[in-house]
Amino acid sequence: MNVMVTDPVQQGADDGRISDEVILKVDNISLSFGGVKAIQNVSFDVKRGEVRAIIGPNGAGKTSMLNCINGFYHPQQGTITYKGTARKQMKPHIAATQGIARTFQNVALFRGMSTLDNIMSGRTLKMKANLFWQMLRTGPAENEEIEHRKFVEKIIDFLEIQDIRRTPVGRLPYGLQKRVELGRALTMEPTLLLLDEPMAGMNLEEKRDMSRFIIDANEQLGTTVALIEHDMGVVMDLSDRVLVLDHGQMIADGTPDEVQANQAVIDAYLGVAHE
Amino acid sequence: MELLHQIFIGPFIEMAGAPDLLVQVVWEGFVSGILYALIALGFVLIFKASGIFNFAQGIMVVFGALSLVGLHELGVPAWLAVILCIGIMFVLAVTVERVVLRPLVNQPEIILFMATIGLNTFLIGFGETVFGGEPKTMITAELGLPTGVTDVQMLGGMVSFQHIDIAAAVIAALMVATLAIFFNKSKIGRALRAVADDHQAAMSVGITLQQIWVIVWFAAGIVALVTGIMWGARSDVSFALEIVALKALPVLILGGFTSIPGAIIGGLIIGISEKLAEFYWGPMVGGSIESWVPFFVALIFLWFRPQGLFGEKIIERI
Repeated sequence: MNVMVTDPVQQGADDGRISDEVILKVDNISLSFGGVKAIQNVSFDVKRGEVRAIIGPNGAGKTSMLNCINGFYHPQQGTITYKGTARKQMKPHIAATQGIARTFQNVALFRGMSTLDNIMSGRTLKMKANLFWQMLRTGPAENEEIEHRKFVEKIIDFLEIQDIRRTPVGRLPYGLQKRVELGRALTMEPTLLLLDEPMAGMNLEEKRDMSRFIIDANEQLGTTVALIEHDMGVVMDLSDRVLVLDHGQMIADGTPDEVQANQAVIDAYLGVAHE
Repeated sequence: MELLHQIFIGPFIEMAGAPDLLVQVVWEGFVSGILYALIALGFVLIFKASGIFNFAQGIMVVFGALSLVGLHELGVPAWLAVILCIGIMFVLAVTVERVVLRPLVNQPEIILFMATIGLNTFLIGFGETVFGGEPKTMITAELGLPTGVTDVQMLGGMVSFQHIDIAAAVIAALMVATLAIFFNKSKIGRALRAVADDHQAAMSVGITLQQIWVIVWFAAGIVALVTGIMWGARSDVSFALEIVALKALPVLILGGFTSIPGAIIGGLIIGISEKLAEFYWGPMVGGSIESWVPFFVALIFLWFRPQGLFGEKIIERI
């Protein structure tokens, strides 16, 4: 397993962050593309306030799982219960309106826009002024723009990216792009934040920063987090519970310690042949 | 030697000899350039927000103009007819999104391009059924558009400016300014640019692609309607306009597929250069070179700036 990269502030399970309320429950989900079974009968839940990790080797179905949760993919079987409403499939718009925000494995920013505009786009659903005022750019639209800008500035401060406000994001180094993407997601004030490999391609220092932001978002903003990550140090440090997928199937689910000791997990990572 | 002189020296001596004539030719080119630019603008709007090259943009121009004339023939007052036509363009946008685009989400762009060719063919057939195939006259006077001519004494000669051409320039400028403001800072503008950059990311922040597509097709429809009125006022309203609309292609190659200023400047360059070429170099080969000069200019241009004057730089990360 990799080195520990975060400060030794091990997430304690019993600090009152996590409530008993199950905010997301994925029930017996199966997803296939033609003959390829991406996910097979996977069930798990996420409790309000926790940091939930999904790990597994490449091609295990982790990203497909996130895509089902926020409605990009529609599983052929199973239900997704979010905030008490069971659905056969999510829709991206419903997911966004109901407070699910996400980041992407390969940074998906609006490359032509500045950091500020990228993060402002996270407020899309919260802005209500109608087209008429927007055309005129005064009245309600202007007030609204200012009010949301204030919130965005808070997020910018939170992520310590004040100095790249005006920079087109296409020009930023990769690590900062990932941070801006996290900013855009946090600006939505999400209940559930889905992070797809937030540390991929980062150096040690960047990983440490990112871990800190995730912990702060979870502890200070009260955001529930579900994250996919390959860096085991990060996963074991940050998460309260870990779901392990391999070849689309769930092979373990439990606390970081339990999962680490699980023989099936060790086999999957060391590449024991599948029958 | 004689030939080289004819190509490289003769025309310029002619230009210097009669500057008033040169101004007249450039002005004619400028006005056609504006119309090319407006057609290209329609393409750019849709391409920016959806990555679709809308082959049917040209026919939308014809369709808009025909609807206007057709409604007026039925006895609808001119300005009410304009408002109804805006409504028709909106219905067209919603229908295109619902029937053509939505079932093809996530398909390769070439499939969507093919779909717009289908839309093009459909609109031609549908338009001919409803309005008939014969050319019609635009209701210029009824719309309150000016029809006179002003002759200006300058450079030792006379240059005439058609009032309708001046009106076209002013209206085009106003429309571009409105679009630029709208696309720049408003929430919708930001959403449009977001969709243009990344569909999935846009969806993840709660932007609905369908809504954005209706908005851009509607905007492109209004641009098409205005272009149709202006163009119809200069010649007549017929399906031949659809061929002319293909001139937007070299304009787009010059200006870049994603740039609104590019469409304007590209349109003007193409308009002016084709008129100059026709007037000064055309007689050498018996005329009618304005139909292919723009494409020739575009081909030369492709060697040097394949992304266009203002297009986003093509950066492929490997």
